[in-house]
Amino acid sequence: MEDYKVVTFYSTSHALRAEKILKQAAIKFWAIPTPRYLSSNCGIAFKFAATDAERVGENLKQAKVEYEGIYPLEKE
Amino acid sequence: MIYFDNAATSYPKPPQMLKGMKFFIEKIGSNPGRSGHRLSLAGGRIINQTRENLAQLFNISDPLKIAFTHNATHALNFALSGILEPGDHVITSNIEHNSIARPLRYLTERGIEFSQVKVDEKTSQLNPEDIKKKFKKNTKMIALIHGSNVTGIIFPIREIGKIARENGVYFLVDASQTAGAYPIDVEEDKIDLLAFTGHKALLGPQGTGGLYVRPGISLKPIIFGGTGSHSEEDRQPLFMPDVLESGTANTVGLAGLKESVKFILKTGVEKIRNHEKKLTQRLIDGLKEIKEVILYGSDNLEEHLPVVSFNIKGFSPSEVGEILDKKYQIYVRVGLHCAPWAHQAIGTYPEGTVRFSLGYYNTAKEVDFALTAIEKIAGKS
Repeated sequence: MEDYKVVTFYSTSHALRAEKILKQAAIKFWAIPTPRYLSSNCGIAFKFAATDAERVGENLKQAKVEYEGIYPLEKE
Repeated sequence: MIYFDNAATSYPKPPQMLKGMKFFIEKIGSNPGRSGHRLSLAGGRIINQTRENLAQLFNISDPLKIAFTHNATHALNFALSGILEPGDHVITSNIEHNSIARPLRYLTERGIEFSQVKVDEKTSQLNPEDIKKKFKKNTKMIALIHGSNVTGIIFPIREIGKIARENGVYFLVDASQTAGAYPIDVEEDKIDLLAFTGHKALLGPQGTGGLYVRPGISLKPIIFGGTGSHSEEDRQPLFMPDVLESGTANTVGLAGLKESVKFILKTGVEKIRNHEKKLTQRLIDGLKEIKEVILYGSDNLEEHLPVVSFNIKGFSPSEVGEILDKKYQIYVRVGLHCAPWAHQAIGTYPEGTVRFSLGYYNTAKEVDFALTAIEKIAGKS
């Protein structure tokens, strides 16, 4: 089974800006409701393959989009 | 019908604006940034795109540093009350609209003081050197209108921004009349806080506007409430844009503004400016030919918005306005234009002036017709 990570945000404004940046970078991700154990800020988070974590962080930093954190997703 | 009241609100609007608003109402209709379902996200994406379009227009590197407000007045109140503390001093001009004049006057009751730089009585232009003379130890900010809604004169904000930066004070620009009509570059112009409205030269719907806040500057909020973020806390989040965006947004308005700004980006501010400059030239040249007409402000087109104030000897501004409306179906604004300071500065207080304000959709033919009307009215006195 593939490992996933999640990026969480302070607000939806940040998440939706990030969505555009990650799409432009051709990174595969899915919008998910933010797992409560990770954050209680913005309601949506993006799930992506753990191997893309570095690219996600770099692209967001380069576009100056602040994010709360990138965390491993606990397996259900 | 001739509409010459674009400085109050632009009319007509680009047809794309209505399409954007219709699409939101019919197909999305959600509250953006609150829930995580598809429609809520679709609403949020529209708002994000509006931010990105505006960021492109003003050369803002981070679109999230734009907070949406209902108009420029709210944005100016957020900026002034959000930055200034008792004991601070502000430099402004004596030609400001009430959207800066009234918050500043109110803030004097809270221990904040301001000094006015006087514009030239004839040209109504401001000399940046005069700003330098107003600095005090406790000066925190220069707060200025970019282009006057009364005389149409554009202040040299690039020079003034440089002075602000060199002296380590914030530069707040009220771009109500200039955003969309004149190039604005927050980096080159060294603007720290940019207040704009959506419904004037940005050609968007009423009830839209915003405030750009340079990264690194934090504002105290003056409105508190739900933001869809930090929901477990009863304290207002302090990051942009949420700090200033409490309560449900005017998403339908922003869906329209998104399209209007896109239209401006596609057309180009330079092209809009050139068209409006030509019309202004024609109008000013024509008015100068009528000997009963008194024109206010510089006639140098390079520092002129398509806003022209004048009076006709022997007539009050309101009489002229009434004749233009009833007899010629020319719609203009007369009186004080919410700017008593400006009329005191140019010597037209308390009667005010007749103001013609043109927009991208006006034509040379309309200007000629209006000039003929003024000539006829003046001839009768």
